[in-house]
This record gives sequence, structure tokens and C-alpha cells, in this order.
Amino acid sequence: MGEFRMPSLGADMAAGTLVAWRKQPGDVVHRGDIIAEVETDKGVIEVEVFDEGVVETLLVAVNAKVPVGTPLASIASAGSIAAVPSAPSPVQAPPPAAARVHATPLARTVAKALGVDVTKVHGTGDGGVIVRADVDRAAAEVTSTPRPDRMRQAIAAAMTRSKREIPHFYLAHTVDLGPALTWLSARNEARSVTDRVLPGALFVRAVARAARAVPELNAHWTGESAPPLPYVHVGVAVALRGGGLVAPAIHDTDTLDVDGVMRAMADLVDRARGLKLTATEMGEATITVTSLGDRGVEVNVPVIVPPQVAIVGFGKVVDRPWVVAGVVVPRPVVTISLAADHRVTDGHRAGRFLASVVAFLEDPEKP
Amino acid sequence: MKREDIEAVVIQKLAKAAPGTDPGSLDRDEAYRDALDLDSMDFLRFVDALHEALGVDVPEAHYPKILTIRACTAYLEAVLAKR
Repeated sequence: MGEFRMPSLGADMAAGTLVAWRKQPGDVVHRGDIIAEVETDKGVIEVEVFDEGVVETLLVAVNAKVPVGTPLASIASAGSIAAVPSAPSPVQAPPPAAARVHATPLARTVAKALGVDVTKVHGTGDGGVIVRADVDRAAAEVTSTPRPDRMRQAIAAAMTRSKREIPHFYLAHTVDLGPALTWLSARNEARSVTDRVLPGALFVRAVARAARAVPELNAHWTGESAPPLPYVHVGVAVALRGGGLVAPAIHDTDTLDVDGVMRAMADLVDRARGLKLTATEMGEATITVTSLGDRGVEVNVPVIVPPQVAIVGFGKVVDRPWVVAGVVVPRPVVTISLAADHRVTDGHRAGRFLASVVAFLEDPEKP
Repeated sequence: MKREDIEAVVIQKLAKAAPGTDPGSLDRDEAYRDALDLDSMDFLRFVDALHEALGVDVPEAHYPKILTIRACTAYLEAVLAKR
């Protein structure tokens, strides 16, 4: 018997609201299956299950807000599937106010994104269920209702904690990106637009390789120490339209080639902006990359996302005079900034990390 | 394909790349990436959508030629006319 619990989807998440069950008692689940949708300050997140077996009992009702770690469902192990009872789930009735709201998960997600209060939306679906079209219509009617800015509050809490608790130090390096961009252009020229790779994928790949080479920056602070983690999940900061940002993780980034990283980034950006990220992606980044080059920012000195211990910022690629073989020539350069936790590492090791990032960008073909 | 039809496709695909915006209200000579807050990934999506809709695969080297609605429409019109 296993228990599926309210996951932690961020360092400052204390509780979450269960907005939908995607599995019901009697359903067979496999590791990685989406079992529920949970609403956090950063939106509605799909949550995976990590047990194999059969959903036995749903312990928490839809719309209930419960602390992180609360058992949400029990899952019978695969070996005891035959013994799973078919009795109805003893889920508690939702609170009266929530019971009056019947909306599809998609409608709730869209309502959240648009700042629409679903309790005030008239449902036109079967049995009066609120569907997406109802939310869209309600959003169009609202002219002056401010969007709840809970995400901003979540970011404020995480960044305040970071700056209060983490002794940041910063290193920067400006690198000639000419060879990397030439290599990338040659690859992209031979490809359809669908398969092209952006420089951002090179940046993420470079950081993943550096995290593997200097693992002490690929860690989570546990309160007293930060043992290096055995995997590299690079978080990618994604700005959301309408404000706010999330930094979901690309799993095992160091095992992907640049095409794999590009595909993963494109997928993450799409789902982040569609509020369709999974719990694992939201909570497991081991180091983060942020790029503000598209906004014209040349130097991006970022703030570490707890419990991580390092973050790497990339600025805009700009043409600058550069000395090559004793001659000043124009070269496309980018400034890379590393913020690291001085409780965990020091300038020497962090410098090695940054040098590893630079080495990859100077020779992206290196396996 | 008429120019106004191509422009309509351009505007439609920009709207898809930048949900919640109104590309049709932009000055046709305005740089839409800044105006619509399109990042590199959004822009790649836009170019991909043009490819899907019109069969025109804009090479990276030609990106500077499609950075306003008017320029993009003219570029696509020229490419389509050569077919």
C-alpha cells in the first residue's frame, strides 16, 4: 500500500488545493501517470504518481486545500490489485461553498489564468457545469476586476527568503559566441524551421554539462549542507504573459544533446504558458538558467531559487570589439553571470563551473 | 494569393504566437516583436506557423526581412509569386 501525498511544488509552498482527480478508485496507475491537478500560487499543476498499482481510496475532496505532505489517496500495490475493493470512495463532501461550483478542470485553469471567479460564472455545460466557453464569456464581460496576483506574492516570498538566507556571491564572464553561432547557423540552415535550435538551448546544455563537471553547484541546501545531487535537472525561467514567471525543470538535462534540450525547452515553454506543467517539473530543478537577452539586457545578475545553490544568467548577444590573434575584430559576445551560495561553494570552484560553461560554448560540438 | 490575404495570415499567426494581443491594431511598419513582446521561442513559433499555413520556410538569414507586418507580407508575397 502506498500513499499519494500533496507534493511540494516549490520551496515556499505550504499548501495546495486539489482541483481535480484524474484517476478514480479502481483505476490502474503507473509511475508517471497524472493522477490529480493541484492549484498552487503558480497556477494549476498536473501531479504525477510514483507508485505502481491501483487507486484504492481518494482521501481528499475536490476543492479542499491541504498542507504539503497530506495523504491524498491510497494506492494498493500491484500485487494486491485483486484485493482492491470496489466500494465507493469515502471522500469527504466538499465544503458547502465549493460544492456549488461545478466546473471542468480546463475551465478552472483558464479562469485562473484570466482572473475570473468561477463562483460567479454561469455554467452552460451538461447539468450546469461551467465549461471553458463560459469562462471566456465571463472574462469578456469583466472590465475592471483586477487579476489576483498570488504568483507575484509567491515570487516575493521565495526571493525574499533567498536574499535573507543565502549569502550570494557573483562571478561573470564574457565569451565570444562566434564559433557557437556559426555552428548553430550551419545546422539550422540545413533544417526546416520546425527543427531549428535557438542559442538558448546551447546555454542550457552548457550549464547542464558544467553542473555535471562541478557537481557541488548542482545541489539543494538541506539546512546544514548541500550534498551534490546525482542527477542534473536544469530549471528554465519562463516569463508568463500577464506577468510572473516559473522555472520548470528539464529532467536529466546533461544526458540530452542540443536538439533534445531544444525540444524539451519548447515543450516546457508551451506548457508553462498554458498552465499545464507537472509537479515534478515544478519542484525538482537542481540549478536554474535565466536569459533576458530577448529584452535587450546585457548583464543579468540573478537571484538563487531556494533550495538550489546556484543560478546562471545570460544576457543579450551583442557585437563588440574583440581581440582575435592580436587583431581587434567585431564579434558576437554574451555575458554569463553566475550567482552562487557561499555556504556551499567559493569563488575558486564557482570559477571552475563558469569556465566549464564557457568551454562548452566555445566548442559546442564537443561531446 | 492576394497581398491582403497574406497579411491576414501574418496577423492571425502573430495573434496565435502572442495570445491576448491584437496584432491587427499595430502600425504595419512597427516592429512587432517589441510591440507584442515576442521572445525567441514565440518568434520561432510564428515562423513555424507561417511555414505550416503558406508552405514558406523562412531561412534564419532572412529573419531581418520579416520584422514588421508590412515587410513580412511583402517577403512572403515575393516568395509565393516565384512558385
